[in-house]
Amino acid sequence: MKKIVKLRDLECANCAAKMETGIRALPGVESAAVNFMAEKLTVEAPAEQMDAILAQAEKIIHRLEPDVRIQA
Amino acid sequence: MTKRQKKFLVRILIAAVLFTAGMLLDGPAAAGLLLVSYAWIGWDILWRAVVNIRHGEVFDENFLMSIATIGALGLGEFSEGAAVMLFYQLGEWFQSYAVARSRHSIAALMDIRPDTAHVERDGKLLTVSPEEVSAGEQILVRPGERVPIDGTVLAGSSFLDTSALTGEALPREVLPGMEIISGCVNQTAPLTIQTSRLFAESTVSRILELVENASGRKARMEGFITRFARWYTPLVVFAALALALLPPLLLGQPFADWIYRALTFLVISCPCALVISVPLSFFGGIGGASRSGVLVKGSNYLEALAQVDTIVFDKTGTLTQGVFQVSEILPAGGASSALLELAAHVEGYSLHPIGASIRKAYGRELDLERVRDLQEIAGQGLQAVFDSRPVLLGNEKLLRSHGVDVPDISAGGTVIYAAVDGVYAGCLRIEDALKPDAVSAVAALRRLGVQKTVMLTGDSQASGEKAAGQLGLDEVWTGLLPADKVNRVEELLDKKVRGKTLAFVGDGINDAPVLARADVGIAMGGLGSDAAIEAADVVLMTDEPSKIAEAIGIARKTVGIARQNIVFAIGIKLLVLCLGALGAANLWEAVFADVGVCVLAVFNAMRAMRTKTAVPADRLQPVPVKD
Repeated sequence: MKKIVKLRDLECANCAAKMETGIRALPGVESAAVNFMAEKLTVEAPAEQMDAILAQAEKIIHRLEPDVRIQA
Repeated sequence: MTKRQKKFLVRILIAAVLFTAGMLLDGPAAAGLLLVSYAWIGWDILWRAVVNIRHGEVFDENFLMSIATIGALGLGEFSEGAAVMLFYQLGEWFQSYAVARSRHSIAALMDIRPDTAHVERDGKLLTVSPEEVSAGEQILVRPGERVPIDGTVLAGSSFLDTSALTGEALPREVLPGMEIISGCVNQTAPLTIQTSRLFAESTVSRILELVENASGRKARMEGFITRFARWYTPLVVFAALALALLPPLLLGQPFADWIYRALTFLVISCPCALVISVPLSFFGGIGGASRSGVLVKGSNYLEALAQVDTIVFDKTGTLTQGVFQVSEILPAGGASSALLELAAHVEGYSLHPIGASIRKAYGRELDLERVRDLQEIAGQGLQAVFDSRPVLLGNEKLLRSHGVDVPDISAGGTVIYAAVDGVYAGCLRIEDALKPDAVSAVAALRRLGVQKTVMLTGDSQASGEKAAGQLGLDEVWTGLLPADKVNRVEELLDKKVRGKTLAFVGDGINDAPVLARADVGIAMGGLGSDAAIEAADVVLMTDEPSKIAEAIGIARKTVGIARQNIVFAIGIKLLVLCLGALGAANLWEAVFADVGVCVLAVFNAMRAMRTKTAVPADRLQPVPVKD
């Protein structure tokens, strides 16, 4: 299953890269990409694990950039 | 500017005022002001540093900046500590401002998203958001308004400004029955259009989505920068540690001196300028290209375009117009115009495209009374009586079978011979003409340094080689089946020079496998062709081959800007690191270099968005009748 999440107020390109690396490493994630300029996170994972993965991804994102607003 | 950015800017200004006051005064009051200034602007950095350490993010900018500034304060350098924090935050503010501006300006640059649609429902004209219109509904587009949804014109004749999509300034005429594309601006008269799809599936939405997602496909340069940044920061931090500890411990040097130098390292350890300027440059390049009518579906393709040195062209529809045209009239004595008149009339009832092209070349009204006893001879041509004289119009077989000798005309296209009163009267050559800008397009590509130009076609050897000769191409392969085309491209790919790429240019519909195989697949005629948009990596919205050179030019400019930024940023940082290690640079200079480099890199990256608008191509002219 592919999920696209909007990351509003994403400002730091370095953080975006770290987010991508961190989310990719999460168990169950088939692929993950952060498009910094378009403020989008695209995650591919089995449908039943998606919610859990997104919750963990949110933690990673806010750890790096606490002001990012995540919109599903 | 967003609210957050405004608030942040105000914070920076207040801190700056406090800082200036602290610099102008003396004594404890000054120190106090500087500390307040520092706390005012730096508290969130310090807080985040603490929070992130708890999460295990050690090489975090916040932590490094905190250490650097606290260290400065600890050494008694109040002004420098405050200055570093102030300038760092200013740099952060500028970065976020520039990124936000870039993001908004791409949408504005493209300037194609329509806000409203006037839909006719139950006899009333309602103004709604384009998303609310179903397929098959009737909408009205007034002059000056942007067409919101793809559809067919039911009523109204007007001109459309397609420049936002194609980069072309020449307006296109639209008449009832024609299909039109969303995103164009209606110029002269109101148009009633029946929508053929939903807004979300219309060309405008798909183009915007394409451009937005293009930054997701990263160029190799971007990958390099992120990997570089990952080891750059830890490396510089360890170097700072070594710098702070080794000379004092091993050589008995004063701690304060070397700790200070180490602090300059920490300030420079932030790779932000580097990491942000590369995606920003490519984003700008893609946006600028789309404004010229060149849709690049990924930063990686833009990068690949910049390195093209071999271009493979499809022939029909790419370099040629894909329609039959009278290219030459060779009368056997007598005027061309008379021969054309004769041929046009004899072909007066013909449904064949060749007949149509002859009539088109004639251009005048036909007086079919002049044609009698028309007979079609299958596989050969037509026999008739024109102006009371028996005429033959067809291929060699037709004339020979009637005892008329046919001269040997050099090959190329289809030749229609004519005989009047049993005597050879001349011939007309019908060809698929080259596009008006095809020759100049190839010349422009050569000037750009493209080493090899190749044409692949399923056409006959004669017509293929003739076209290739006229264009000045290096290689031509004729009589190819679609599978053969893929093989040829494979062969060319094997012969590639390292670091260079191969582009294939086709029309999307028939060339999908070859487009996929090439390093960069370029499809033409994106305006109205879903197949082209789907199949290719780069879509030229018009069908002008001259856009290829333009696309390569934009790609090279963008890659050049990105490279400049990388070299500049790394270069300055290394320089200041060396100076800092030698004690020849202080914290002011370090942070200035860091923030200044970031600002300059971002400005440079935004340069990639600027492209000159395209010069409109000449419109197709019918073949002039020579007398």
